[in-house]
Amino acid sequence: MPIWNPRIETMPRVDLEQLQLERLQVTANRAWEGVPFYRRRFESLGIMPEQIRSLDDLRQLPFTTKEDLSSGYPYDMLAVPLREVVRIHASSGATATPTVAGYTKNDLRHWRELSARVLSAGGMTKDDVIQISFTYGLLTDAFGLHQGAEEIGASVIPVSAGAVDQQISIMQDFRTTALVGTPSYALQIAEALEEKGIPRSSLHLRWGMLGGEPWTEAARARIESQLGISATDNYRVSEVMGPGISGECEQHKAGLHINEDHFLCEIIDPTSCEVLPAGEMGELVITTLTKEALPIIRYRTRDLTSLDPTPCACGRTTARMSRVSGRTDDVVIVEGVKLFPAQIEAALLGVEGVEPHYRVLIERAGATDRIEVQIEVSSALLTGDVRHLMRTQNQLRQKLEGAIGLPAEVKLVEARTLERERTGRIVDRRKSEHRYPARPDQG
Amino acid sequence: MLVLTSVVTYYGSVQALKGISLHVNKGEIVALIGANGAGKTTTLKSISGLLAPRRGSVTFEAQPIAGRPPEAIVRAGISQVPEGRQIFGPLSVRDNLMLGAYHLNLRAKRTRMRDNLEEIYELFPVLRERAQQPAGTLSGGEQQMLAIGRALMAEPRFLLLDEPSLGLAPRMARVIFDAIPAFRDRGLTVLLVEQNARAALQIADRAYVMETGRVVMEGPAQELLNQREVQRAYLGRGYQQVWEDG
Repeated sequence: MPIWNPRIETMPRVDLEQLQLERLQVTANRAWEGVPFYRRRFESLGIMPEQIRSLDDLRQLPFTTKEDLSSGYPYDMLAVPLREVVRIHASSGATATPTVAGYTKNDLRHWRELSARVLSAGGMTKDDVIQISFTYGLLTDAFGLHQGAEEIGASVIPVSAGAVDQQISIMQDFRTTALVGTPSYALQIAEALEEKGIPRSSLHLRWGMLGGEPWTEAARARIESQLGISATDNYRVSEVMGPGISGECEQHKAGLHINEDHFLCEIIDPTSCEVLPAGEMGELVITTLTKEALPIIRYRTRDLTSLDPTPCACGRTTARMSRVSGRTDDVVIVEGVKLFPAQIEAALLGVEGVEPHYRVLIERAGATDRIEVQIEVSSALLTGDVRHLMRTQNQLRQKLEGAIGLPAEVKLVEARTLERERTGRIVDRRKSEHRYPARPDQG
Repeated sequence: MLVLTSVVTYYGSVQALKGISLHVNKGEIVALIGANGAGKTTTLKSISGLLAPRRGSVTFEAQPIAGRPPEAIVRAGISQVPEGRQIFGPLSVRDNLMLGAYHLNLRAKRTRMRDNLEEIYELFPVLRERAQQPAGTLSGGEQQMLAIGRALMAEPRFLLLDEPSLGLAPRMARVIFDAIPAFRDRGLTVLLVEQNARAALQIADRAYVMETGRVVMEGPAQELLNQREVQRAYLGRGYQQVWEDG
């Protein structure tokens, strides 16, 4: 598919890094000048913005957490007067106080462009009919992708989230070619089609631009085959910017291309806060490079991913982040070993009859920790040959133990019996001292 | 083509540049705007070799040039048109132009100088009319044209323009600004320092806004023109009249 902005998206890395440094210095200068919160932070650490002489110097700067943004509710973090803000979004999130994100005219112009890049990478063009099934409201998903879809010149249907039946009939009547929404909503639509016996041929769908929650490769395979589409993942952090931060290219689906001319990304160890080398899994930290209304320095997203700076076969030279596999809150340490949801997902991949849903229970059993992995399997497998079932269970146990390096018990459960929540995939029932820090502390 | 990375330059004991990074791609017109004393001219001097940066790097076509003498930088292909023109008043207009080519090698000189002179006369016809007059008798705008013409005689690939509209009548400023995009068409790349932000942003591709030795904004010129902060600080009514007139 065409690259929306080839000059930027295929730029040699040395030029990109110069651009990033220029913008990082501007961002540090403006944050220091315009946001009292950052001025205080810089001063307490004895840092002046001119000490940022290279991209690596970013490490000298303090982190920003969701709690920092919340405590500035609603407008304290803005770097411009409110009259220059033309759009306001807010995120509810896990904490009690929401965070507010303002956008200037230039911010919106950039956002529209970045969203267009992501949609374009996902395969969509001006010839597509794009159905937005995110809720239009304070959250950024619907508006973010809506404006990008208009930018590429597609026909946009702002259905919003709602009854699945209505969604399907609009898809049929309007000859929708692209579905924009959450992966779980796409799965619901797929399940509804199956239940009602609606043939796939009555739909014109080709693309799925899915995001807003972590989803597995197994879920993707299922969505793609049941809806007959090519589905790509895209990433957003509503506190930083809505969809447009990164997205997969449709050709390779090998990581999400980060719009690095607007965002500087690092991966840190969430406990030690040390910056990790490329390829290592850790917490994503984002610094905005062009945001006027709400510049954010080193925002701790609590999302787990890794970075790959090598160019992609699609031609883009921007670094890629692996698909977000969970939250730092999801990481648990069992017997001194870090357990990531991604390892479990990878182990489940490709086992016949296994659904993309699972839950991990960790309990203290005497002196050691016990891991139980509950996995949804198809009813055909559960009601079929018992020996086959046992074989599958054994196979899963071996794959899982190989992946996590710890003994694990496997329990197979019927499809759609586990909760489909973004959080709570790993349930830690031990005492708190064994847990991974749920709240990242100040750096 | 030209890349500055975290350049720190002192004027005596004063830190005039506190870590400036910018780049200019081949064929671009890039504007450097900001108030008096923001560090714009110091930036140009740090490029042209009139001041040596204390830290950071300046590279031109991937070659480091920071700290090299001005004549070496001119030979590398960068010419600066200084603020306040600095022409030689008693010399004729033609001789002033010829001085700009002093470093070209002798054998090639004759024909190339003639061709270059011809091109400059086409760009600024008034210089041809006054070729034999002492440069000191020219008006301010004509002197500015002469200063630019003299820089072009050095056959630069990169032109540094320092406040070309300073002290000029609006009509003259317009002639100068109209000529700048024509330089690009001749294959020149331009870094332009201007206090007349509106005029500069109208002809530039991109721009950097400087304040007290730092870059505080950067982006496509059109984006900055529409930015309210830039409008308030640098595009006041006064400037608008200077430019919209004539």
